[in-house]
Amino acid sequence: MAGARVIPLHDPERDAARKARHVEVVPEPEQRQSEVPDWERRLTDLLAFARRRIAGDYEVDEFGFDRDLTENVLLPPLKPLYEKWFRVETIGLNNVPMAGGALIVANHSGTVPLDALMTAYGIASEHPAHRPLRGLGADLVFRTPLLGSLARKGGQTLACNADAERLLSSGELVGVWPEGFKGIGKPFKDRYKLQRFGRGGFVSAALKTGVPIIPVSIVGAEEIYPMIGDIKALARLFGFPYFPVTPFFPLLGPLGAIPLPSKWYIEFGEPIRTDTFGENAADDPMLVFNLTDQVRETIQQTLYRLLTQRRNVFLG
Amino acid sequence: MTPKVVLVTGVSRFLGGHLAARFAANPDVERVLGVDTEPPPRDLLRRMGRAEFVRADIRNPLISKVISTANVDTVVHASVTANPPGPTGRTVMKEMNVIGTMQLLAACQKSPKVRKLVVKSTSAVYGTSSRDPAVFTEDMGPKDLPSSGYAKDAVEVEGYVRGFGRRRPDVDVTTLRFTNFIGPRIDTVLTRYFALPIVPTVLGYDARVQLLHSEDALAVLERATMHDLPGVFNVGGDGVLLLSQAIRRAGRLALPVPSAAVPTVGGFFRSARLVDFSPDQMRFLNWGRVVDTTLLKKEFGFTPRWTTQQAFDDYVSGRGLKPLIDPETVDAAERGILDAAARFR
Repeated sequence: MAGARVIPLHDPERDAARKARHVEVVPEPEQRQSEVPDWERRLTDLLAFARRRIAGDYEVDEFGFDRDLTENVLLPPLKPLYEKWFRVETIGLNNVPMAGGALIVANHSGTVPLDALMTAYGIASEHPAHRPLRGLGADLVFRTPLLGSLARKGGQTLACNADAERLLSSGELVGVWPEGFKGIGKPFKDRYKLQRFGRGGFVSAALKTGVPIIPVSIVGAEEIYPMIGDIKALARLFGFPYFPVTPFFPLLGPLGAIPLPSKWYIEFGEPIRTDTFGENAADDPMLVFNLTDQVRETIQQTLYRLLTQRRNVFLG
Repeated sequence: MTPKVVLVTGVSRFLGGHLAARFAANPDVERVLGVDTEPPPRDLLRRMGRAEFVRADIRNPLISKVISTANVDTVVHASVTANPPGPTGRTVMKEMNVIGTMQLLAACQKSPKVRKLVVKSTSAVYGTSSRDPAVFTEDMGPKDLPSSGYAKDAVEVEGYVRGFGRRRPDVDVTTLRFTNFIGPRIDTVLTRYFALPIVPTVLGYDARVQLLHSEDALAVLERATMHDLPGVFNVGGDGVLLLSQAIRRAGRLALPVPSAAVPTVGGFFRSARLVDFSPDQMRFLNWGRVVDTTLLKKEFGFTPRWTTQQAFDDYVSGRGLKPLIDPETVDAAERGILDAAARFR
């Protein structure tokens, strides 16, 4: 890039060249595929990815979602956890639409929000459209260094109506866990008892944008870190909403931070339509409360049904 | 209504000067007055052509005389700035921004000829924190009112402008909330920041940065002056760059600094006269800021020609920033490894 050289912003040749380089990454016709060993193709992908990262040649949306990074770096490490450790089984994935805005509402549990990660991984890997799940997270997540910027790059954003409506109206799949910290931080004896569903902000966001609500019930996440105590003083010290005590943590130190290998089921329920209530429905508090209750009841009933079908926490 | 006599403040700076030059080149405008406390640099003055330079301080009531004797009908207030002129300039900057605006608005209120006011504001009025929505629309306000610096100035300036709008409902007031400017010619804190060979960032944070090409900024200000488009508009390029991504695109190296050490490092850069970062700009590097430009496109009728990414690339190539890691070396390394791998097949 010498000073005098004119570099046009939109050079068709350069664009074409760049596209061509991307094409290289995609497996070529079958003939070559048989010649080129699998590891070499993976190496090519890896190097192309590294080059894009070094040059800053990738797109980030206005929420900070970095698709390239998410698909290549953030999601792959979840694969063993999803397939081998928790052996997650998804039910009713066809209830998640192939395209267009939809709001996924799920129960929240497990001390550490692994359930959100597993749901996102499940949809990204098993759903035919491989849609990214755009989660809505608490302010605490985004305030925390490293975690906050990583969450944004992974497609999460702050749980507020402005962001939810913007994502939904631009046709994204949005995930909310309305129980929030009350859900993940509840004691083990209260497992699978849904907590209060906030103020129903998610319902009014769905009503305003007219997207379906998909109730999701997650079984298995409650048992990964059975929380039997909460050290309030330490929580205050670190600024956490709770400081969990499990049978193994903090007793065994870092070893205690390994989640128990429970068997998971994630059931995606029938979509609840919100576009039939007409305009200004979001301003009707009674309707919002009723819909919130309906979603909550659906998830609770599905949880009970899944629990009665489950014979063993670890074997399923 | 095409303005007859236009007064532009802050003409010794990039934006005001080039704006005055654009008006001077427009035959429909009868007279262009440029106001600033110091004369524009010579090349800028040459560009300004027939525009007249008035050396006046907008903090001084004299500005009222300038406006009334010249029969000014349109005032473009482009001097509100985030870049303090020198290491001790913060108090001066605040005075120029806030007191200057007050005096200018008082003068406009007294002159019955004034029909239009265009104010260059900033998206910094939205503040920046972890509790803010990802994208700001014009009707949102900051979660915490900025307590100091440029953002606070801008909030106060906008307050005075709103007050003026109430007292003179016959005047069309256009407030433009710009995102950070970038471009090969403009000189801002951000352009100096990205020109550093090693760019300090805050460890663990990656701001979303929305930029506007300086030429687009000029075009928006010109359009606001030439047409009657009252209201408050966000102005920014399409798309977003992450701070880390921008640094990579500029071929720089990022130096993540733990939050606790940020003031020290900032102080070092200030004393070395490299980049003068104020605390609110530091916060901007933590969270960044993105604004919604739907109103700009639909109501104001302007779509920026450069996206954030294109504007940034134009800045990089226009400044001739030499990347520390040559992209060709990277390409060569990639090819080398692949060739070596092919031999092992």
